[in-house]
Amino acid sequence: MRLLPCGDRALLAEFGELEQALGAYSRWSTSAPAGIIEFVPAARTVLVRLDPAVMGLGAAEQWLLAHPPLQPGALPSAGLVALPLVYDGDDLTIVSEIWGCSRDAVGDLHGATEWVCAFIGFAPGFSYLVPTAGSVLPPVPRRATSRPQVPAGAVGLAAEYCGIYPRASPGGWQVIGRTPAVMWDADRAFPALVTPGTRVRFEAVRA
Amino acid sequence: MTAVRVIDSGPLALVQDLGRPAFATLGVSASGAFDRAAHRLANRLVGNPDDAAAVECLLGGLRLAMPPGTWFTITGAWSDAVLVLDDGVRRAIEPHTAMRVDAAAELQLGQVSHGLRSTVALRGGLAVPSVLGSRSRDTLAGLGPAPLRAGDALPLGPEPASPVPVADLVPVDPPTEGVVELGVRPGPRHDWFTAAAHRLLTETEWITSARSDRTGVRLDGPALSREPELVGVELASEGMLRGSIQISPDGAPTVLGPDHPVTGGYPVIAVVVEDSLDLLAQLRPGQPVRLRRATGRR
Repeated sequence: MRLLPCGDRALLAEFGELEQALGAYSRWSTSAPAGIIEFVPAARTVLVRLDPAVMGLGAAEQWLLAHPPLQPGALPSAGLVALPLVYDGDDLTIVSEIWGCSRDAVGDLHGATEWVCAFIGFAPGFSYLVPTAGSVLPPVPRRATSRPQVPAGAVGLAAEYCGIYPRASPGGWQVIGRTPAVMWDADRAFPALVTPGTRVRFEAVRA
Repeated sequence: MTAVRVIDSGPLALVQDLGRPAFATLGVSASGAFDRAAHRLANRLVGNPDDAAAVECLLGGLRLAMPPGTWFTITGAWSDAVLVLDDGVRRAIEPHTAMRVDAAAELQLGQVSHGLRSTVALRGGLAVPSVLGSRSRDTLAGLGPAPLRAGDALPLGPEPASPVPVADLVPVDPPTEGVVELGVRPGPRHDWFTAAAHRLLTETEWITSARSDRTGVRLDGPALSREPELVGVELASEGMLRGSIQISPDGAPTVLGPDHPVTGGYPVIAVVVEDSLDLLAQLRPGQPVRLRRATGRR
C-alpha cells in the first residue's frame, strides 16, 4: 500500500491489485474512527476523506497503517443478489467474437461467473462488478463511440468489469443484455441495490 | 403553509443546503451550496440553522413573489436587488442584511456586479422534499429538487427556534473583481507532471473559462505536460474531491466543484485547500486566478 497526498483533507491509498483495495475498504469501512467522513473505493485505490477539524492527515496516516487490508480470502461474506438477465444486447456478437465463442455461449460464460461489486462510479448506483474468483473472461474493449442513450437496466462489459446502467444515460460499454431489477431508487431506504462488497449472480431469463 | 412563488428563475436558480456528505460509496457526490460561507451567513442572518435550504442564484435575474411577514437576506454575489411593493414603490436591498417583507412584494435580483452566485435565504428555509437527507440539487447526478422554474411554489419551513438576530450591516467585502488566489497542496498524481508543469501551475495567471459550472471550473492557460513516459497512459478511475485539479489529456486544468463525479480517470496534480474552496463559486468567466502553494500542519 502507498499513501498518496490529496490536498489538506484527504489521503489516497493505492494498491497493486483490486482485491487489496477491496480488502482495505472492507476493513476500514467497518471500523472508521471519528474524523474520517468516508472511504471512496475505486479500481486500485481507496480515497480517505477527512474532517480536518477532528482528524489531521498525520493521525489518519497512522490509523491507516495500523489497520492493514484484509486478505482476499478473509473478506467477510457480504450479501448475494440474484439478478434476472435477458441476454439479448446489441453487442452480443462483438463480445462473442472477442471471447471466441457463440452468442449463446456469452450468456453461459457470463451467467456462470459470480461477481462482486468493487466500487460505484459514473452515476449514482452504477456498480463496477468483477469476477469473485479472478478473471477468466477476456477483457472487452469499450465501444469506439459511446451510444447517446443506453436504457436503464442495460448490462454491459468494459475491460474486466461488468456494469449495470441504473438509469438511461449515454454510455460506451458493450451491452450484452438487460435486467428488470431496479438498481437505484433514491426513495428506497437503501437506494443502491448493490454496494461495494455485494456479490452478484445473473440468472438467464427469456425475453 | 407559507410559500414563495417563482416569477422568473433567471439563468439558473437551484435549491441548495450543505449537501449529502457521505454517499460517495453509492456514487453520489456531496453537492450542496457552492459558496458555503455565503450560505451559512445567509442562514444565520435570518435565524435559520446553517444547513437550511436556500436559493443559489447564478448571475442574478431571479424574481420571487414574497408573502407578507417573510424575512429574507441576500449574500454571496452582489447585484442590484430591489423589493417592489404593490404600489410600485421600489426599496433597495442591502446585501448581508435581514429584511422583513411587510406587505406582499416582489423580490428582484438585477445583474450581478461582483461574483457569480448569490444566496437568497428565507426564514424557515425552503421545505421542499429531500433526497438522501439533503435538499441540494446535484446538477451532474440529477438528484434533488429540479432547477427553479416560473410558477414553482417553494414552501417555507416552520419558524425556527432562534430569533432573527439583531445585527447591523455585516462587514463582508463583495467578491473581488481582481486576481483571486487559491491555495493548493499536492495531489495524488503530482509526480505524473514535469517540473516545468509544476512551475507553470503556480506561476501562471490563469483565466477562468466560460466553460465552468458546478461540476468543475476550467482554467485557461498553458498546457501542463506529463512526464514523457506517462504520456498516453490511462489512469484507473480513482476517488475525486471538491477542489481536485484534474489535468485532461490536452494539458488543461479543471478544478472540481460540488457536483463533481465521484471518481475520475484524469490525473490530479494538486488539490485546492478547504479555506479557498468557496472562492471558486464566485469566479467570473475571464477572471484571473493564481494558484499558491499552501503550507500547513500535517
